[in-house]
Amino acid sequence: MNVIEINENRCKGCGLCVGFCPKDVLEMRLPRAPQVIREDLCIGCKQCELKCPDFAITVEVKSHA
Amino acid sequence: MRWDEYLKKERLPSFWCAGCGYGQVMRSLAMALEKTRAALENTVIVSGIGCWGHVDSWMKPNAFHGIHGRALAFATGIKLASPALNVIVVMGDGDGVTIGGNHFIHACRRNVGLTAVVCNNLNYGMTGGQYSGTTPEDSITSTSRYGHIEQSFDICRLAEAAGAHFIARSISENVVATADCIAEGMKRENFAVIEVMSPCTTHYGRNNNMRKPIEMYRRIKSLAVPVGTAAKLSSEQMEGKFVTGILLDRPGEDYFTRYQNNIKVKAQTAAKEEGT
Amino acid sequence: MRKHEIRFGMGNEAIAEGAIAAGARFYAGYPITPSSEIADISSVRLPQVGGIFVQMEDEIGSMSAIIGASAAGVKSYTATSGPGISLMQENIGVAVITEIPCVIINVQRSGPSTGLATKPGQQDVMQARWGAHGDHAIIALSPSSVQECYDLTIRAFNLAEKYRTPVCILSDEIVGHMREQFELHGAKEIIGRKQPDPSMPVEAFRPYDFERYEDHIAPLPPFGGRYVYRHTASGHDENGYVTNDKQNANKFIRHYTEKIEKHRDDIVTVEAHCMEDAEYAIISFGCSVRSAMAAMRMARARGKKVGVLKLITLWPFADKEVRAVLDRVKGAIVAEMNLGQVFSEVSRHNDRRIPLVSVGKVDAEIIYPEEILDALEEAARA
Repeated sequence: MNVIEINENRCKGCGLCVGFCPKDVLEMRLPRAPQVIREDLCIGCKQCELKCPDFAITVEVKSHA
Repeated sequence: MRWDEYLKKERLPSFWCAGCGYGQVMRSLAMALEKTRAALENTVIVSGIGCWGHVDSWMKPNAFHGIHGRALAFATGIKLASPALNVIVVMGDGDGVTIGGNHFIHACRRNVGLTAVVCNNLNYGMTGGQYSGTTPEDSITSTSRYGHIEQSFDICRLAEAAGAHFIARSISENVVATADCIAEGMKRENFAVIEVMSPCTTHYGRNNNMRKPIEMYRRIKSLAVPVGTAAKLSSEQMEGKFVTGILLDRPGEDYFTRYQNNIKVKAQTAAKEEGT
Repeated sequence: MRKHEIRFGMGNEAIAEGAIAAGARFYAGYPITPSSEIADISSVRLPQVGGIFVQMEDEIGSMSAIIGASAAGVKSYTATSGPGISLMQENIGVAVITEIPCVIINVQRSGPSTGLATKPGQQDVMQARWGAHGDHAIIALSPSSVQECYDLTIRAFNLAEKYRTPVCILSDEIVGHMREQFELHGAKEIIGRKQPDPSMPVEAFRPYDFERYEDHIAPLPPFGGRYVYRHTASGHDENGYVTNDKQNANKFIRHYTEKIEKHRDDIVTVEAHCMEDAEYAIISFGCSVRSAMAAMRMARARGKKVGVLKLITLWPFADKEVRAVLDRVKGAIVAEMNLGQVFSEVSRHNDRRIPLVSVGKVDAEIIYPEEILDALEEAARA
């Protein structure tokens, strides 16, 4: 399973990672930070990481083996 | 150096609003520095005033953070005085083509080897969302509450008409494509313009019925047509849309090279003949 | 190369040659009467000595470009007149706050606005001091002969480098277009830019850390060397980062004035002519000094003890020197081609309330010596 890490000190809660995720892995939860709710659905496309304007999210892609 | 080593991570997060596209463009700029193997000592980021004009605060290379609208003119002095430097000029639509419009067209024509990264967010973000020279007609902004009645500039077409040799356009969310455009621009000896369409989600987006940041990203994406596709579309089909990719890349000699080969040689020959 | 050449030429030519003799190798400007010859000559001469000339799209761009070139380590200058100097004001503030040396030549013409574009004036004295917004100090030098155009331009570059500051040359149409013999003697002294001590670790360098240095002038390496750093035209800290910290603001805003005031004795120069026994003084500068000297000679021929105090440095103002004169003469005249800009400064030192008469002329013609003689009589009658 891929490992998604969110740096809450950098995250501003814009929700872009949630919006750009093609697999609904993330969800906005109060107060503001996105939460990983279905890590197993992550396909490792890294759209959340690349499009986060605040360098607050990283995806470590693990092989399927 | 890896792209993230060009960032001053200890100073993050930036002061840009949640959802602003400029963080994406900052990543692209860092990636372009990695791609071109730019050395920190040999690179100067020249900025003016505005939201995007603060990008130098979070990046490691040398910086000249000047005043509103004049970044290209400061950069012209830096580059001509020290031609070996990579000089990257970061400007927004207000900074670059509204208050700084005159410098912009003349920089295109003069062809000093600068790389201009113009982030277009369609309004003045820092002062509260007023209209700029690129605000589309009928838009609502803080100073066009009844709808904007002026025509807007197309930055890339303006650059082309003004004689630029390298012109590219991207959208902020396409960070890899933007990085490629900037890197290609940096590799040219010519003046290079890279326009990046980037959403001002706080002002322009909210003023124009895009309440969540992601909505404005979707709008921009829906209007972007890659250059290859655009060639196959009619002008009606392209109505209201814009082309992305490298739009123009023509050969030419930059100002400094011409100055060296032409003016300096003639001047020094003349001085010798005068016997002075 | 052209050392010790004697030439017959105009003030503007002497300024261009002075700049090159001082080591300037970058000019950016926009044509404007009556300064254009400085651009014309620089465009010929700079490439001969390996320098760069660029004609920008306006004076705003010109001023920006010379600041940029100077940040890259090349001594830089621009030349303009009234309307152009107005456009340059914001950027003169940039040179002040970034403490980047540069030389701005204002060949004054009659204003306001386009004014009398080809006619002389000295109406920009206060603008030179206060034209850029925000608290700061400035250095302004005023030549009254072609030789002084050459010499003071060299001095302007030296002061700019020494104090990391923009320096203005306040010339005027008369001095700029007047032809006289002048000596191109090369520069007797060239002051280079202070560089960081090589023993300092590269990371320890901070571009605005003036407090570390006794003269309150921080070294300034060029972009492209070993030091990676920031210039910032917004309020900044020692590292060039934008900050609104109030103690920091207080420290830096005072610094921009104090660093000039602190060195005023090195910067302020005046010339006294026949002041030893003078009962009346004519205080003047630039082209008007020539009328003052003629008036002095005419008065002396009539047996009147008149002297001239020529202000070479206009800013910082020669407070001490003017006060010393006013303390011992019976009366004084201030002769200038404006409505009393220097007169108002001189008046501040008139503690003894001696008769002080302004010859402030704005009909775009040089002051006639007779007009000064009339004023001397008025002062004597008072």
